[in-house]
Amino acid sequence: MHEAIADPGLVPALLSGYTLSLIVPWLSRILRQMTGWFLALLPLGLFIHFLTLVDEVASGQILTANIAWVPSLNVNLSLVVDGWGLCLALVVTGMGALVIIYASSYLHGHAAIGRFYTFILIFMASMLVLVLADNVFLMFIAWELTSISSFFLIGFYHEKESSQKAALQALLVTGAGGLAMLAGLVGLTAVTGSSSLQEIQAQANLILQSPFYAPILGLILLGAFTKSAQFPFHFWLPNAMAGPAPVSTYLHSATMVKAGVYLLGRLQPTLGQTDAWFYTLTIVGGITALLGAWLSWQKTDLKEILAYSTVSALGTLVLLVGIGTELALKTAVLFLLIHALYKGGLFMAAGIIDHETGTRDVRQLGGLRRKMPFAFVAVLLATLSMAGLPPFLGFIGKELMYEAALALPSYALLLTGVLLLTNVLMVTAAAILLLRPFFGKPKAAQPHHKTPFNMWLGPLALGVLALAFGLAASSEAISGNLIAPAVSAIVGSQQHVHLALWHGLTPMLGLSAVTLLGGAGMFVVHGRLRPSMVRLDTAVQQIGPGKLYQWALAGTLGVADWFTRKFQNGKLRYYLLYVMFFMLLLVGGTLVFRGEVAWENLALTRIGLPELILAVVLLAAAGAAVRVESRLAAVAALGVVGYSIAVFYILFSAPDLAMTQFAIETLTVILFVLVLYRLPRFDQFSSQQTRVRDAVVAGFVGLLMAGLTLMAQAVSGSSVLTNFFAESTYTLAGGHNIVNVILVDFRGFDTMVEITVLSVAAIGVYALLKSRPGK
Amino acid sequence: MRSLILTTATRYLLPLMLLFAVFILLRGHHHPGGGFIGGLVASAGFALYGFAYGMPEAQRVLFFDPLKLIGVGLLTAVSSGLLSPILNQDPFMTSLWGKTSYAALGKLGTPLMFDIGVFLTVIGVTMLIILTLSEEDMVEEEGII
Repeated sequence: MHEAIADPGLVPALLSGYTLSLIVPWLSRILRQMTGWFLALLPLGLFIHFLTLVDEVASGQILTANIAWVPSLNVNLSLVVDGWGLCLALVVTGMGALVIIYASSYLHGHAAIGRFYTFILIFMASMLVLVLADNVFLMFIAWELTSISSFFLIGFYHEKESSQKAALQALLVTGAGGLAMLAGLVGLTAVTGSSSLQEIQAQANLILQSPFYAPILGLILLGAFTKSAQFPFHFWLPNAMAGPAPVSTYLHSATMVKAGVYLLGRLQPTLGQTDAWFYTLTIVGGITALLGAWLSWQKTDLKEILAYSTVSALGTLVLLVGIGTELALKTAVLFLLIHALYKGGLFMAAGIIDHETGTRDVRQLGGLRRKMPFAFVAVLLATLSMAGLPPFLGFIGKELMYEAALALPSYALLLTGVLLLTNVLMVTAAAILLLRPFFGKPKAAQPHHKTPFNMWLGPLALGVLALAFGLAASSEAISGNLIAPAVSAIVGSQQHVHLALWHGLTPMLGLSAVTLLGGAGMFVVHGRLRPSMVRLDTAVQQIGPGKLYQWALAGTLGVADWFTRKFQNGKLRYYLLYVMFFMLLLVGGTLVFRGEVAWENLALTRIGLPELILAVVLLAAAGAAVRVESRLAAVAALGVVGYSIAVFYILFSAPDLAMTQFAIETLTVILFVLVLYRLPRFDQFSSQQTRVRDAVVAGFVGLLMAGLTLMAQAVSGSSVLTNFFAESTYTLAGGHNIVNVILVDFRGFDTMVEITVLSVAAIGVYALLKSRPGK
Repeated sequence: MRSLILTTATRYLLPLMLLFAVFILLRGHHHPGGGFIGGLVASAGFALYGFAYGMPEAQRVLFFDPLKLIGVGLLTAVSSGLLSPILNQDPFMTSLWGKTSYAALGKLGTPLMFDIGVFLTVIGVTMLIILTLSEEDMVEEEGII
């Protein structure tokens, strides 16, 4: 069906965003105000690159790239550009360019604007990888990276407590969902034996018949629903509006929140066409669509109105994917585009109003159309598309929506009703967004200065596109090359799409008229209805999902708090006691339980005179460390213990270990001295009881370690690992020193993690000491 | 309290210890040694210098900010692993070796680069902790060092 062509440029193109994000801090110092325009060149270039692929993809080809990453774990950098991925890639890059230009003015002069660019570029690159990934694990990694960059971007104004909370909430909700999704993806891989989405899709039957179908579906839906803010996880999205306007525009309306919908579309041929799929998606999507639309008109904050209407639109998308007929899927793709175009523009416009007048409250705004002509035209175009008036693209989308619902064999009336109600309320929201700020009498909030070009460019361009796409909908460029390949990729077979503004006098046209009239009527009464509805909403929220989240968070923190107080009470001696005691219990207990405690298991013949002498020195030093009354003397005694152990390493032919031990021991003594000089002499001594307790634990631990060492000596020589390393150290890694080759080559990854941990510890010490009170 | 013997000895010991540290680092692949031990020996050298001349002097001799050393070290280690995926499209941390063998060094390869990263990180970590712990207001004011 598809012709796959390798495209070697794909991986560098997608990773370019990460590379650029690395040098942004320096770039923004050199380029200053021009940084935004310069950085926008990357998404713009990628956008043009993807545009050139449109014809190829439309002709049935798909582009692939594959680089082995961790092949032993089936994790590969494998990418596929098909219609569905390309459609989203265009949205991601196109919106990306506009948003970066917009942000360069919106955040102009902000001290942390460099950080903003860094995260927005990381987000863009991750989002691209997400929509073009073929490997499920690569997709998961990109998925989580979008959550993490979203966390930093929502919390951009991190001095505000509300921003911190909103950022954490978004991260926890989408992160938890992401983990559930990972389990689901592992399930898909386990059942089909492949981690490639294409290969998994080819074995859809295997999954549908598998007993694990239900858990896999549930887990993956959790991921998609949390990311796309579906009921009951919708509450994080309106709170995420704490981020700056460009973030809301880009992440929380146009792209990231669509990731869940993208995933559902991607997996529709694999997991769809079952009752479980249909009912879950239509019910959850339907509730979300209605709830979001119902709450949106009650809000007075422009961004909140937009946030809830976004929730509603996401619900509509999930509902359409759930219906799953070819017509419904066509509508879903089209509506995704429509929504990105109008909602992106509206969020930017809301940002302009906030930026210029200092408020987003519709009750304080009015008559701005003359003062802010560009924002006005942009909002006019966007809201007309949102309300679904001809000849905008939104009109075609709404017609198709009704057509898809009416054509259903069952539940046609119910689902049409849900969509109708949702759309009526969306028309109301659109009317509020257009009429309240821009018409009527001018109110207190007035713009302070003219809107900069960078800021009205984006919303105006998107508004014009919404109109142009509507006028040119029937053309080959839109319906044939853009929409049809995306639908084909979702359905899994070649689809043809014909869009038209005029269908004749159909039931859909009637429903559209009803929608507009209903919405207008609702707008007239919405002011009078609001107070009582807000009261109702406030009452419901006392037991809503938002509250559940708070309880769950408080509960988790409570348990963690109790556990920490109990086991990590800040007194090192107890930590040691716990650790040693449990080691004794687990290791020693196992040995006793298995009956391994016997003299003949110990390599007693290895003990000669030098070892005995050393043991005496060691014991004497340890005894001294316990008995002396000065800290410095105790440290010196501990040093003797350490050096004696190093000598043991030499005796047991481990020169590398011995060298490390000598160096470490020297530095430890130095560090101890530096710390302990500040402490007074010992003046409180442990009671007799405590000493006996400690001595018993310490004595047994010592016996256990000595016994283990001797046991290890008795069994060594027959170990598989020893033989492997002895044989292959030179042949595979070209070195003669086994220890070093293991450290830097065979187990190099461990070493990498270890030096990272070391660095974190050092930075921890640095931060703790530098942030002491009085510093 | 400045000891003449210590200060004089240290002046000659520090270069020797640093040389020894680099020696240990480079011979690691074939003989006992490696980046970790080398880093510890070098840090011990700087610490000794600090005891003889005061920690601010040790920082001056170290020349680089330990925090930056940590960063450069980690970056070197990660980059050594990234060369293979970029050049040969092999998995992360597949080792790459040069063809020619040099006197004293042997063949050059990414494991050595990785070890140099470990070396730098260890110096950075140790010196960051030592220098922070011995900040003026903690130790020197009280006339101990």
